[in-house]
Amino acid sequence: MVRSTPERKAIRSLVWLLVIIIALVGANAASVLFNNGQWTPKLALDLEGGTQITLSPQLASGESVTEEQLNQAVAIIRQRVDAGGVSEAEINTQGGQNIVVSIPGTPDDETLARIQSSAKLEFRAVLLADVASSSTIGEEGSEDGAEPGASPSADPSASPSATEEPEESASPTPSASPTDASDLAWVTPELQEQFDTFDCSSLDVVGANVAPVDEPLVTCEQDDSIKYILGPAEVAGERITNARADLIASSTGVTTNEWGVFIEFDGEGTQQFRTVTERLVSLSGVQNQFAIVLDGRVISAPRTISAITDGRPQISGSFTEESAQTLADQLRFGALPIGFEVQSSENISATLGVSQLQSGIIAGVIGLILVALYSFLQYRALGGVVLSSLAIAAIITYLVITYLSNQQGFRLSLAGVAGLVISIGVIADSFIVYFERIRDELRDGRSVDGAVEAGWKRAWRTILISDVINFIAAIVLFVLAVGNVRGFAYTLGITTVVDLIVVALFTHPMMQLLGRTRFFGGGHPLSGLDPKALGAVYRGRAQFRTPEGVAATKIASSGREAQRRQTIAERKAAEAAASTGKKDAR
Amino acid sequence: MSRLTQFGNSLYTGERSFDFVGRRRTWYLIAAAFVILAIGLTALRGGFLFGIEFRGGSEFRVQDTTVVDDVGSAQATAIAGDAVESVVPGASPRVSIVGGNSIRVQTEQLTPTETDDVREALAEAYGVDETSVSSSFIGATWGADITRQALIALVVFLTLASLVMAIYFRTWKMALAAMVALFHDLIVTTGLYGVLGLEITPAAVIGFLTILGYSLYDTVVVFDKVRENTSEDGVESRRTFAQSVNLAVNQTLVRSINTSIVAVLPTASILFVGSFLLGAGTLRDIALALFIGTIVGTYSSIFLAAPLYVHLRENEPEVKKQGSRPKPVRPESGAVR
Repeated sequence: MVRSTPERKAIRSLVWLLVIIIALVGANAASVLFNNGQWTPKLALDLEGGTQITLSPQLASGESVTEEQLNQAVAIIRQRVDAGGVSEAEINTQGGQNIVVSIPGTPDDETLARIQSSAKLEFRAVLLADVASSSTIGEEGSEDGAEPGASPSADPSASPSATEEPEESASPTPSASPTDASDLAWVTPELQEQFDTFDCSSLDVVGANVAPVDEPLVTCEQDDSIKYILGPAEVAGERITNARADLIASSTGVTTNEWGVFIEFDGEGTQQFRTVTERLVSLSGVQNQFAIVLDGRVISAPRTISAITDGRPQISGSFTEESAQTLADQLRFGALPIGFEVQSSENISATLGVSQLQSGIIAGVIGLILVALYSFLQYRALGGVVLSSLAIAAIITYLVITYLSNQQGFRLSLAGVAGLVISIGVIADSFIVYFERIRDELRDGRSVDGAVEAGWKRAWRTILISDVINFIAAIVLFVLAVGNVRGFAYTLGITTVVDLIVVALFTHPMMQLLGRTRFFGGGHPLSGLDPKALGAVYRGRAQFRTPEGVAATKIASSGREAQRRQTIAERKAAEAAASTGKKDAR
Repeated sequence: MSRLTQFGNSLYTGERSFDFVGRRRTWYLIAAAFVILAIGLTALRGGFLFGIEFRGGSEFRVQDTTVVDDVGSAQATAIAGDAVESVVPGASPRVSIVGGNSIRVQTEQLTPTETDDVREALAEAYGVDETSVSSSFIGATWGADITRQALIALVVFLTLASLVMAIYFRTWKMALAAMVALFHDLIVTTGLYGVLGLEITPAAVIGFLTILGYSLYDTVVVFDKVRENTSEDGVESRRTFAQSVNLAVNQTLVRSINTSIVAVLPTASILFVGSFLLGAGTLRDIALALFIGTIVGTYSSIFLAAPLYVHLRENEPEVKKQGSRPKPVRPESGAVR
C-alpha cells in the first residue's frame, strides 16, 4: 500500500511513542523485579508519614550550642539529605538544642550516617605509628592498612609498602618547641604515654576524638589496625571546593575497581597542600606519610611520593560506591559545626493522610471531566483528540514518576499532586495553540491536511519556546534551590517534557491521520474543522482564495499580465483549446 | 459551530477588533492600581502572615496515650485539633502520631499562658497526666537557607529566561515587557494573600512559583504570535506596528480565552474540593494561588505585556516608518519585459 509522506511520518511518530511507553513500562518492570521497586509512586512525608529522627549535639560539659551553629547544621544536613534524592524531607530545630529530621520511609544505616556524621576533614602529617594494641591483625595488616592511596601524581611502582613499617624506635623527647608540623618535638612524654596506652575501641563513639587544629592528635586507622600520633592539622576541610566519587584510575589510565573520593582545593588549600607535600617528600619512614582524618579517625595515610601542586588529591581506603558517594556529598557541603548523635528515631504518621490525597485525586478527575466537556464544546470531535492526548500524557507522567520514585527516591507530596492536576491545563494549552493555528490556516482557505501541516509548523515553534522557558525554570530551580522547591522543580520538568513528547508524537500524528479521513478532512460540521464555519472563502484542494479587497481592474490587469507572460507551450495549448471551443460552438 | 468560533473568525480577519494597544493608558492605570492596592493593603495589614513552617512555633508532645489504639489514628489526631482550638481559636494545628503511642502537635508560637492552657487541654483530652505532655519551641522547617537558595535560583532563572527570550525574539524589549507582566502577576497574586490575611504556607509558595512559570509561558505564547505577525508585516506593511501587534493579540484572543478556561477548570475543582469539602489545607493554599494567578497571568499578557511592548518599540526609527508611508506603488510588471 502506497502511503503519502505525512502519513508515513505520522505512523513513524506513533511507533516512537509506543517504543517510549514500552521502554518506560520495561524500566519500571525491571526496577520492580530487581530493585524492590513498586508499580505506584512513593508518597511523601505529608501523605505517608515516615521516620522522625531527633539529633542532639555532642557537647563537652559546660559547652553550649549557639543558634547560628544549629541553623548552619540544619542547612548542611538539608543539602546532604537532598543529595540523596528528591524526598522532600523536613528539617528543623527543636528547643534551641536539637535538630529534628523527618524523612519519608525508613532510613537505612547509610542515610543515618549521611545525616549525623559531622564530616570534619583534616590533613595531618604522621609523626609516629604503631600497631594498635587492641588489634589482632599482625604486621601484615598494618602494611595493608597504610597502603598509599592518596597520591594522584604518584607512581605506584615506586611505592613499596614495606617502607611503611611502623617506626618503633623510642621516640625522641626533646623539650625544644617544634619548628614545623612534622617535627617530632610535638611528641611530649605525656603524649607518648597517651599513645602507648591508647585503645582504638575508644574511638567508636562518633566524634568523641576531637583535637584542636593546632595540636597533635592520637588516633587510629579506620579498621583499628594502626594507631598514630599526628601533627597539627595543616589543611582543613573548609578549603575543599568540590568533591566527587569515582573509580580510581591506575597510573596507566586504566580504571580500577576501587572507589575513591576526588577532591579539589581552593587557591589557599592548594598552596597549603603543596607546602605540606613538598616538606614530606624529603622525609623518610612514617614521617613521609600524611594522614587524611575524618571525624577524628584516619581514613588513609598514604606516602608522599612527589609534591602535589595542583590541589586535587584523591582519597582511597576501602570505599564502596555508596560510602564514597556519601563522603563526597558530605565534603562538598562542608562539615557540621558540631557533631550530632541520634537521640531517638521514631515512626511518624502522615500529617495529611489518605483523605486529602483522595480529595486531590477526585478534584483532578472532576477537573479532567470539565476540561473534556469544554473541549468537546469548543472543538467538537477534536475534543476526542484532546482527551486521548491527555490520557496518553497521564500514562507517561505516571510511568515516569513511578520510575523516578524507584530510582531517584522521588516522593509525591500533596503539593506535587496538585501541581500535576494543574499541569492538565498547561498540557491542554499546547493542543489549543495547535488547533487554533490549524483553524487560522483553514480561515486562509487551505485544505484540511494542508492546514494541519502549516498550522503545525507555526504551533510547534510556539510550543517549543514556551516549554523551553518552563524547562529552564525547572532545571535552574532543581540545581540551585533546596528543600520543597526542588520537589516542585522536579514535577515541572517532568510535565514539560511529557507535554512536548505527547504533542509531537501523539497529537500531531493523530491530526495528520485524521486529516485524511472523510469526516475530518472533508470538514464535517461536527469535526471542528469545518471551513465554512471558520469563515474560509473557498474550500477544496485545487481552488484558490481570491485576494481580498482587490479592485476588479487590478484583477483584470493581473490577468492580462499573466496572459502576456505565458510560455509558448501554454499559449499553444490555450489557442488549441480556443479553436476546439469554436468548432464545438459551430 | 459555537459562537466563540465565529467570534474567532471575525477577530482573525480583523473585522472585529479590540483596541488593546491603543487604550493602553487605561490598562496601565488598572495594573498600577492593582499593584498599589496589593502592596498598600498588605502593608496596612502588617505584612504577610507566614505559617509555622516559616516562623517556627510551639510543639506539644503527648506521651504514652492509649487513645490511638482505642479510637484509631484519624480520630486520635482530631482530638488534638479540638483541644488546641478550644484554647486558641482558629489555630489549625498540625497533628501527627509519633512512635505509635505519642501525639505530636505543632502550632504557631504561643504565649506562656496559652502554652500552659494547651498542655492542660491536651492532657485532659487524652486522659493522661499533665507531666506526660511536654512542650518546646521548634524552628522553621522552611528555614532562611531554603528561602535564600530559592531567591538565588529565581534571579538566575529570570536572567536566563530573559536572555533566551531576547535571543529568540531578537529584541530585549519583549523580554522586558514579559518580565514587567510577570512581576505584576506575582505582586497581585501574593497581594491577595496579604490583603485577605491568608496564611502563607510552603504549598502557597509552590503555587506562586507555578504562577511565575505560567505567566511567562502565557506571555511567550502571545508574543510568538506577535513575532509572527510583525515579522510578516515588516516595513512595507500598510498597518502600523501598533496595529499589527493589536491584530496578533486579537487573533490569539480565542486561544487565550480557551487556555485560561482549560487551566482554571482543574484549579477551580481543587479549590472547590479543597475549601468546601476539606476546609483550610494544602489543597486550598495551592489552588487559590493558582486560581487567581492563572486569570491574572492570562489577563496581563494581553492587557499589559503587549501594549508595553508596542510602547517600548514605537519610537524606533524602523518601526516609525512602518505604516506611515502611503500605499506602496509597485510597477505593474517585473523589471524585464
